[in-house]
Amino acid sequence: MPRYGMLINIDRCNGCYACYLACRDEFESNDHLPYSAAQPAEGRSWMRVTEKERGSTPKVRVDYVATPCLHCANAPCVDKSVDGAVYRRPDGIVLIDPEKSKGNRNILSDCPHRLIYWNEEKNIPQKCTFCAHLLDMGWKEPRCVEACPAGAVVFGDLDDPASGISKLIASSKTEELNPDFGLNPNVRYVDLPKRFILGEVVLGDKKGDCAPGIRVQLGDGAETIECRTDSFGDFEFDGLKPSRKYTLRVVHKGYATVEKPVVTNSDVNVGVIELDPLG
Amino acid sequence: MTEQVLTSCTNEGPILVYVQDGKVVRIRPLLADENDFKPWTIEAGGKLYTPPKRFNLAPFVHAERKRLYSDDRLKYPLKRKGFDPKNKRNQEKRGVSGYERISWDEALEIVSGEITRIREQYGGPAITGLTSSHHNWGIVGYKMGPFQRFMDMLEYTPVFDNPDSWEGWHWGATHTWGFFWRLGMPEQYDLLQDALKNTEMIVLWSNDPDSTRAIYSGQDSVLWRQWLKDKNVKFVVLDPFFNYTAAHMDATWLPLRPDSGAAVAQAIAYTWITENTYDKDYVSKRTLGFEEFRNHILGNDDGKPKTPEWAAEESGIPARKIRTLAREWASKRTVLSAGTRGGEGSASRQAYATEWARMMILLQAMQGLGKPGVAIWGTTMGCPSNTSISFPGYADPDSRMGMSRAADHPIVNPTKQRLYRLTLPEAILNPPIDWWGEGFCGQSLDQQFIHHVYPREGYPEVKMFYRYGSSFLATMVDTSKWVRMYQSPKLEFVVNQDCWWGGETGFADIILPACTNLERDDLAEAAAAGGYSIHGSNGNNFRVVVRMKKCIEPLWESKSDYDIFTAISEKLGMKDKYTDGGKTDLDWAKAFYAISDLPKLINWEDFDRKGYFIINADEPYKPTPALRWFYEGRPCDTPDPLNKKRGTGLGDELSTYSGKIEFQSQSLLKNFPDDEERPPIPHHILSWEGYRSELYKKYPLQLVSPHPRFSFHTHYDKHTPWLNEIPGHRVMKDGYAWWPAHVHPSDAAARGIKNDDIIKLYNDRGAVLCIAAITERVLPGIVHSYASSANYDPLEPGKANSIDRGGCVNLLTSSRMLSKHAPGMAPGSCLIEIVKWEE
Repeated sequence: MPRYGMLINIDRCNGCYACYLACRDEFESNDHLPYSAAQPAEGRSWMRVTEKERGSTPKVRVDYVATPCLHCANAPCVDKSVDGAVYRRPDGIVLIDPEKSKGNRNILSDCPHRLIYWNEEKNIPQKCTFCAHLLDMGWKEPRCVEACPAGAVVFGDLDDPASGISKLIASSKTEELNPDFGLNPNVRYVDLPKRFILGEVVLGDKKGDCAPGIRVQLGDGAETIECRTDSFGDFEFDGLKPSRKYTLRVVHKGYATVEKPVVTNSDVNVGVIELDPLG
Repeated sequence: MTEQVLTSCTNEGPILVYVQDGKVVRIRPLLADENDFKPWTIEAGGKLYTPPKRFNLAPFVHAERKRLYSDDRLKYPLKRKGFDPKNKRNQEKRGVSGYERISWDEALEIVSGEITRIREQYGGPAITGLTSSHHNWGIVGYKMGPFQRFMDMLEYTPVFDNPDSWEGWHWGATHTWGFFWRLGMPEQYDLLQDALKNTEMIVLWSNDPDSTRAIYSGQDSVLWRQWLKDKNVKFVVLDPFFNYTAAHMDATWLPLRPDSGAAVAQAIAYTWITENTYDKDYVSKRTLGFEEFRNHILGNDDGKPKTPEWAAEESGIPARKIRTLAREWASKRTVLSAGTRGGEGSASRQAYATEWARMMILLQAMQGLGKPGVAIWGTTMGCPSNTSISFPGYADPDSRMGMSRAADHPIVNPTKQRLYRLTLPEAILNPPIDWWGEGFCGQSLDQQFIHHVYPREGYPEVKMFYRYGSSFLATMVDTSKWVRMYQSPKLEFVVNQDCWWGGETGFADIILPACTNLERDDLAEAAAAGGYSIHGSNGNNFRVVVRMKKCIEPLWESKSDYDIFTAISEKLGMKDKYTDGGKTDLDWAKAFYAISDLPKLINWEDFDRKGYFIINADEPYKPTPALRWFYEGRPCDTPDPLNKKRGTGLGDELSTYSGKIEFQSQSLLKNFPDDEERPPIPHHILSWEGYRSELYKKYPLQLVSPHPRFSFHTHYDKHTPWLNEIPGHRVMKDGYAWWPAHVHPSDAAARGIKNDDIIKLYNDRGAVLCIAAITERVLPGIVHSYASSANYDPLEPGKANSIDRGGCVNLLTSSRMLSKHAPGMAPGSCLIEIVKWEE
């Protein structure tokens, strides 16, 4: 018996929404009973894509986080379900019964990620089914996975060490969305956006040139990490924790060291740090 | 329940169509038998690169069935109320009048009656017509097929298309490096391999290949750019907008103002010259006119050295970044990606854009264009591909039913009069007009210098306009003039034939409902335009010819274009002539198949049953990288069939007058030596509507309107509501799907505009309502809003200067051409102001 899961790589994703639209194509006005009733025409895909823009001109980062249902092993929607309205298959796929769930709006709030959507027309809650009906017919992957041109969404049997997804998981640093929810999801991520601090260093007496190779340090009181500016004088620290107090320090021989406190309440573009020559 | 799975092909990828009980229920990327794929492999840096056995569609293709059954489909023939060909026509009411349903009989009666009357009264050339730039895929049904054969049969006045997507390349780059048979675009052969093996940095200049996809290639090249990123190729992007490719590639973004590209390019050249970091050997052997160019760059002629400091003032890019870009570019093997096909890009559709396009070539010439790793490459084409097996692309003569060898009786139109798409409204409203060149000047450099006048001596003015499609209000320039044109009494009769109700549909007297390619039989190779972009299917990992099946019967009362023209021809007593002796669309499909190389590989029955045929790259594959032959000073070895020098004693030459890359263009020197707007040496010329214009005081925002990401030149927009759920495409507010305009937070704050406010973009030419998308992805002073809205929705229908709330930002753009002898459109030089819209 397989245990189905997905691995979504945010760095690979190019934000094309093919996954979003393939899900619409499969389900809008198409019943796939008993697993799912049709998505409404005025509605949305069950593969939600959220654009995250961070930084400020000219140092901007844009990422897309695609979230199908996470088909959690500790799914509150299953645990709280009455009369089996929300249930889990032996292969781990979580489904909402379109008959039993009729009128039950409360199911929406059972998902802390809000990945269950209300179908006003049919008066039922709905969500991603991992295209269970297609898997049953022998398809090897859901529509969203098939549509992705970037290989950013991978699907397969988490319990088979030889499967593509298992091999990827073994060689990647995988993460959960909101690990503090404790849901043990079967959909995991690689390279979820983290906090960054970035900027540029310019030498005050050489403003006509960029300043490559300048040491920039970031300390949080406990440890210090370091990087060097690139050929355009730009530097970036990524993978940082939110709401942390850091001290940014730029050191270059012959120039006054600059120290700057930075707090990661959001992603930070410190702008241009100008180093004054000594003497 | 009966289910059929049928094959078809779209403008951006081949598909499978699932039909249950006569209804299309699912669209999927084409699935082919594993064994039919023989993937190529590129070896680079000790790694093997090979594509997976699959097809990658452009995102909106997944929404094809929604578009097929759209409420916007034209269902029945319609006649405009108040139009009576026997009595009053009320032309001035076009755009306001309602419509009433009529029968096909009545519609055909009126259309054929008007054609007959006009031919008798004025002559065939009094009829004109044109399609949009792009039609639905399939060579039997493509615009250059049935429409062209029919119109030529009537001896109509043809309309030259302007090279709308790449003007500066067509009117400028050709005079630098030739390639006129590619309309100024470069060959792209085997540049993927070259980049994987040799390239260290890619400069994307006015290019968002992740969104523009070589026009037809779907998303196969997403993987290629990922390969390059994974091997730490550095990406640098010059664009007023932090585009989708920049975001995906984590590129260094150098934002710049429109109209400043040539200046930045000159400053890069200045850095190379003064720091001695360019390929002197290449310049001396492969180019002409460098000394004059050098003088201009150093300011020896005009007292203005083109320093990075000077270019910083023009562009908004800090001088240190320009200088560093130049140094990085010179010290690394660098690809310049200046448009989705090597060249193209919004920067090529601005004032004096010829100068930017020429500078792009000259910069790479200074670094040894053609040297391993040093190319002009869109990053979307040039994977290993078979070029010996031929199948006609839509623009090849052999796929056009009017002139193909597949036709027993081709049709030749004797009419010499021409119109030019860009100035068609002016030609109707205020003749006479004149222009240079023949639109797509693919025959020679000199074809650009042919002068045309309308009306042509001995010919009538046009009285009838047959329009297929409805895109121009959002794809041409200063587009309210199209409204005025339609309302002109000069146009006695207007027909619109289309699948969907679009921007221009409501200006016709008779509307004829056409069906989509899913409702008729056809065939085509994916991404193969042929013609002036031959071998374009090397933008796809696998060449595939698709038998495009008729999946369902034409919906409502729609008919295929071919059947519509056949029906009209029958009324005119020309049915046999039009149908080439009674061919059906399936007969044509078989005939096109027969003249291709496909019969050598698969018989019709198997091809018809299977639905596709994959043409794999040769094994072993012998790459011939674009322009490597030129760099190495040997005869052209790329399979570029329309390069006339190839295979001759001049095979090592480019197709400029001198055979070399021309810093000083000999063709311009000979034909327009005193043209200050397109001089023999490229100049940075201040835009006639830019940052330094007088008008900037009144309209201090520059509008950039590139090609959209989530629709295709008005195709799919409006008729496909799922796309309105994608914020990058349209944003729903109060029940309306608004077109976004990207505005910098500082510009928004200064005007009291918040995210999701409805705002009016306006200038002296028009006003458009959009929804504000406040973002750091644009420079302050820039408003970015895509062209190509399919929804023209005037608040005051019928009034040419009405505010449009559909998002047709092209209403704001200027009619002024690139320059006085370069008749290209320049929507990218457009000054506007914005204000929060209070109803």
